[in-house]
Amino acid sequence: MADIAAPAYRIIPIIPALKPGAMEGVKSFVANDKIQEAIGFPGQLVEDWHDQAIAKMGELLGKYRSLKVYMDACVHCGACSDKCHYFIGTQDPKNMPVARQDLMRSVYRRYFTLPGKLFPKLVGARDLTREVLDEWYTYYYQCSECRRCSVFCPYGIDTAEVTMAAREILDSIGYGQKYSNEIIGKVHKIGNNLGLPGPALMDTLEGLEEDVKEATGIDVRFPIDVKGAEVLLITPSADFFAEPHIDSLIGYAKVFHATGTSWTLSSMASEAGNFGMFIGNYDQLRAIAMRIRKAALELGVKRIVVGECGHAWRVAYSFWNTLTGVGEGADPNDRFAQMLQKQLDHRYKQPSHICEFTWDMIQDERLTFDKSANDKYIITFHDSCNVARGSSMGGYPGGQFEIPRNIIKAVANHFVEMSPETTHEKTFCCGGGGGLLTDDLLDLRVKGALPRMEVLQQVADEQGVNFMACICAICKAQFTRIMPIYGFDRRMIGGVHQLVSNAIKLGDK
Amino acid sequence: MSTLFAILFYLATLVFVVGLLYRIGVYTRIPAPLKIPTTPAPTTASGVVLRMMREVFLFESLFKANLWTWGLGLLFHASLALVLLRHLRYFTEPVWAWVAFIQPFGMYAGITMLLGAAGLWARRLFVERIRYISTPSDHLMLALFIAIALSGLTMKFVAHTDVVAVKGFFLGLMNFAPLHSDSQVLPSSVGLYAHLLMVAVLLLIFPISKLLHAPGVFFSPSRNQTDNPREKRHIAAWAKQLESES
Repeated sequence: MADIAAPAYRIIPIIPALKPGAMEGVKSFVANDKIQEAIGFPGQLVEDWHDQAIAKMGELLGKYRSLKVYMDACVHCGACSDKCHYFIGTQDPKNMPVARQDLMRSVYRRYFTLPGKLFPKLVGARDLTREVLDEWYTYYYQCSECRRCSVFCPYGIDTAEVTMAAREILDSIGYGQKYSNEIIGKVHKIGNNLGLPGPALMDTLEGLEEDVKEATGIDVRFPIDVKGAEVLLITPSADFFAEPHIDSLIGYAKVFHATGTSWTLSSMASEAGNFGMFIGNYDQLRAIAMRIRKAALELGVKRIVVGECGHAWRVAYSFWNTLTGVGEGADPNDRFAQMLQKQLDHRYKQPSHICEFTWDMIQDERLTFDKSANDKYIITFHDSCNVARGSSMGGYPGGQFEIPRNIIKAVANHFVEMSPETTHEKTFCCGGGGGLLTDDLLDLRVKGALPRMEVLQQVADEQGVNFMACICAICKAQFTRIMPIYGFDRRMIGGVHQLVSNAIKLGDK
Repeated sequence: MSTLFAILFYLATLVFVVGLLYRIGVYTRIPAPLKIPTTPAPTTASGVVLRMMREVFLFESLFKANLWTWGLGLLFHASLALVLLRHLRYFTEPVWAWVAFIQPFGMYAGITMLLGAAGLWARRLFVERIRYISTPSDHLMLALFIAIALSGLTMKFVAHTDVVAVKGFFLGLMNFAPLHSDSQVLPSSVGLYAHLLMVAVLLLIFPISKLLHAPGVFFSPSRNQTDNPREKRHIAAWAKQLESES
């Protein structure tokens, strides 16, 4: 790992020449049998993997319209071909979204379409061989499911859907990824991705109360498992002890304190992240989300608020209502969903993002700030991919872009934007999302961060930017790790609520 | 020869219609279990209709992606649409007024369609990334469209065909009374035979090729879903079953 270096910035953002095979040797660690079996997958590659993989593919094609349409509709126009950060950073043609999809599409054509059965060469169809299977593993674990390609596709083909299906097929035949599957095991066994047990979590929260007291002189609470609290906060477990995540957690607590909101965390659901999405497994996605439903029912809360985490917010915003009934508008006969929806307070969106919560409070003038507390920072905002392209905020299109920026502008004086080609819906993934935030993929992560680092360098040079805010635990962890390799200070990355925390006025107003 | 073409066109039309309906049926039946619109996305049904119309008529996403592909693609598709509409005059009697009106435009559209397809092919041949992702069928598909356009333009500008006879032939087919009289027989012309043969091939491969992007775009969940997951519970039948089990 010592020889990993940042790729050179492109002078002008030209489209790189192809380097076939550049990343074929970068393969994420494969899960062992213990990890696999703990979450119900075969421990080893099963003997009849070929037939089982094709059968699984057929099953998924019948369950997901997205996969079926996306397999058929691509015309190889190349609109997506230069849009993936991993392609830009690695130049490996198999990291072009269309080529990544074609790894599966070629097999789809061979087994599920007439021309592929009759004239495989003509339509680029191929048998599912062991080599193809390994190629799937390698390159479907070089996709962060960030959906940037889907913005530009004239048919909206979303490579993330294909990647998820491929990972689901691979898992079902005993060929899983160590990083994601180990984490899913931890969520079920201990309650969060980081494997932080309940007592340790409570210790941490007590420590935080002392720290904040010391810093501000005010008793800001970090309550956990409080029945009858109004708000249940579901946040990524990195917020409990990782830097800079913890500073945002302190920010949430201060917002709740300053607005007099009764709130609680849950030891059972001490994790917003949901790696079930990354591996495309509906049962895992649902089982992990069900912990939140259960916690909400047990604690009797009226609102569910989600902390700063990109894919978690996508799952919460887009999928929770489907998976667990957290939301509204269920059929009156839908007893499963109604049970929870009757409990929730529908004057508010369920679930709400912490940024929606804070922005509402700012608009209601229930928070006051000393903006000069952030004067040492010239701030820019990195739109996290899953928030930007897989969710929304505020109940209107684009709220996911405006609301975090509104908050930053309310708590700080200096805010600048990065190049519009790399923000809002066109934002680049940090390079570590989608189950790739593991050191065995560090080379890929560094290269995948190239397009974001290029434009950050630009605003750092031209406008003196020295702080990049974001609202995603994976972005924070990834940038903390790779920014020093690009020559930036690791403390340049932080959460929006870290800035809120710096500027918020507590106590008597 | 006219008999062969009569059989061919009945067959090709049947495959096209039945194949396409079958595909649409398949896309309709397969559920979309999760809300996955690419956001920012419309929050209302009418907003989705507008988004889809922008996608279908203006190629909005492609515009964001690459201006060359967008320009050439739009030129090709818009020209093709005009050419197809112009051809309605061979299938209607009397010819509708608006079809008569667009005749001259449709004629030039044949040329712009050719230019568009040639430009797209040039991209496929000379841009390294796009050459890399191209299969033989991708090249052949463009070759087919170019050959159809060329053979059609040849009949218009070089070696005229008896279009009245061609119209007679197709009206006969449409009335299910093919080759009833001498006026319903195809004129003997190699250019015409080639043109018609290739059009029949196009109809035949439509339901099993990448031409499925035409119906596919309407079924793409990332484009046709309303962004209202918090306001309305969205659940597929197979997913609902999991709830009764647990």
